[in-house]
Amino acid sequence: MIVSAVASAPPVIPNYGGPPGGRQGCIAQNGTFCWDWVKGHWGDILQPRLLEHLEMTAIAVVIGFAIAFAAALLAHRKRWFETPFGVFSAFLYTIPSLALFQLLVPFTGLTMLTIEIGLVGYTLLILFRNILAGLRGVPEDVLEAARGMGLTRRQMLLRVELPLALPAISAGVRIAVVTTISLATVAAYITPLGLGQPIFNGLQTDFTTEFVATGALAVALAIGADTALVAVQWALTPWARARRAT
Amino acid sequence: MILGYDSFRPSTFVDAFRFMYDNQGLMWNKTAEHLVISGEAMGIALLIAIPLGIWLGHLHRGSFLAINLANIGRALPSLAVIAIGLGVFGIGTTNVAFALVILAFPLMLTNAYVGVDGVDPDAIEAARGMGMRPHQIVLKIELPLALPLIFAGIKTAAVYVVATATLGGVVGGGGLGDIIVNQASYFLKGVIAASIAVAALAFAASFAFGLLQWAVTPRGLRRRVEMIELDVSTGVAEAVTT
Repeated sequence: MIVSAVASAPPVIPNYGGPPGGRQGCIAQNGTFCWDWVKGHWGDILQPRLLEHLEMTAIAVVIGFAIAFAAALLAHRKRWFETPFGVFSAFLYTIPSLALFQLLVPFTGLTMLTIEIGLVGYTLLILFRNILAGLRGVPEDVLEAARGMGLTRRQMLLRVELPLALPAISAGVRIAVVTTISLATVAAYITPLGLGQPIFNGLQTDFTTEFVATGALAVALAIGADTALVAVQWALTPWARARRAT
Repeated sequence: MILGYDSFRPSTFVDAFRFMYDNQGLMWNKTAEHLVISGEAMGIALLIAIPLGIWLGHLHRGSFLAINLANIGRALPSLAVIAIGLGVFGIGTTNVAFALVILAFPLMLTNAYVGVDGVDPDAIEAARGMGMRPHQIVLKIELPLALPLIFAGIKTAAVYVVATATLGGVVGGGGLGDIIVNQASYFLKGVIAASIAVAALAFAASFAFGLLQWAVTPRGLRRRVEMIELDVSTGVAEAVTT
């Protein structure tokens, strides 16, 4: 649905004119921060961009997780696979984000797809390493016991290894989410989507409140998402709490 | 900004290296600018974060602050921090340096804290038994034993700072980012050339701190000095699990 929004080219958003009442008061002064602008444009700029940002982030992390999870399972079973995928994902990670998005444009155009390919690429290293570390961190005697109970490899993975790897995996997801939120703001350099759009727009039009307020909103989103994920992690691993309590 | 009008051929990568060769003056200039901005930010963050982290770790106080700062610091979207910095400090390199300090500080502080806080209490007990004074314990016991984690934080921060300094280009902060955001003038080959330079600089910065770590590590502890710390996820992993 976002792609169609791009195709229909959103109208040029007035930056200065602003809320009912027009260009006056603190909007005209163009100081560091103007609360009136934020109130006036919450509905037509900030909130829609925030939702787009969440959507971009969610899509990237879900796809990135699927790829990294499959790769980590393969590397867990077949050790030789760890190095090539690790090197590949580390290589992607070292490309400066501003440049990666530009390099993809000749292939996929100024689209959502370009952004998602870039964002997914950056999640791979973090997720792959954390998932693999989680799977490898399962104590040998636990595996031994599981084998002794006659569990098949599949049962071991689902009932023993994955639950025990959950803390490491969720730590990886948490880092991937905040990293993606950060990189998604940069992605607006290519396609006017997400919270990066008002930031770049404000930088171009030299209207300070627009990029300061949106920047603050992006910071709040990242910290909010991080906190929410801590809560999810806490809820998902009751046994970790039980152990700490005793 | 004009984007996507430059076509991409496999030969563009070759052109990128030719671009470096043909524009050596520009490349060195921008690399030097990049290094200065990153260096300033690293210097300021180092001077504040490392002593503070060591001090808090020595006292075993403020763990909540130290651990959560790292998580918040890693969560901060770099472009957003630069945008806020621009609003506060105005155009120039100050806002970029400020943003980089904000981003580097938590990584260093947390690792220094965790490193010193985690030093084996028996070693400290033994030092106290030998009659060492508190400042001697910090300098001769805690600091050397915490060096691997302290430097892991510094190397991670160095890579992060050099990579993020690229974003300075969008606010006219100078450095290699100036080339990367100016595809209209330098074409994709220039963008690729500058990206390669950023990546090389990030590795070089990490490696330089690796060498420094090796040099300041007492001989007996030298065997496990990691030269390059690539990404943020592993650099502070230990702090997160604590």
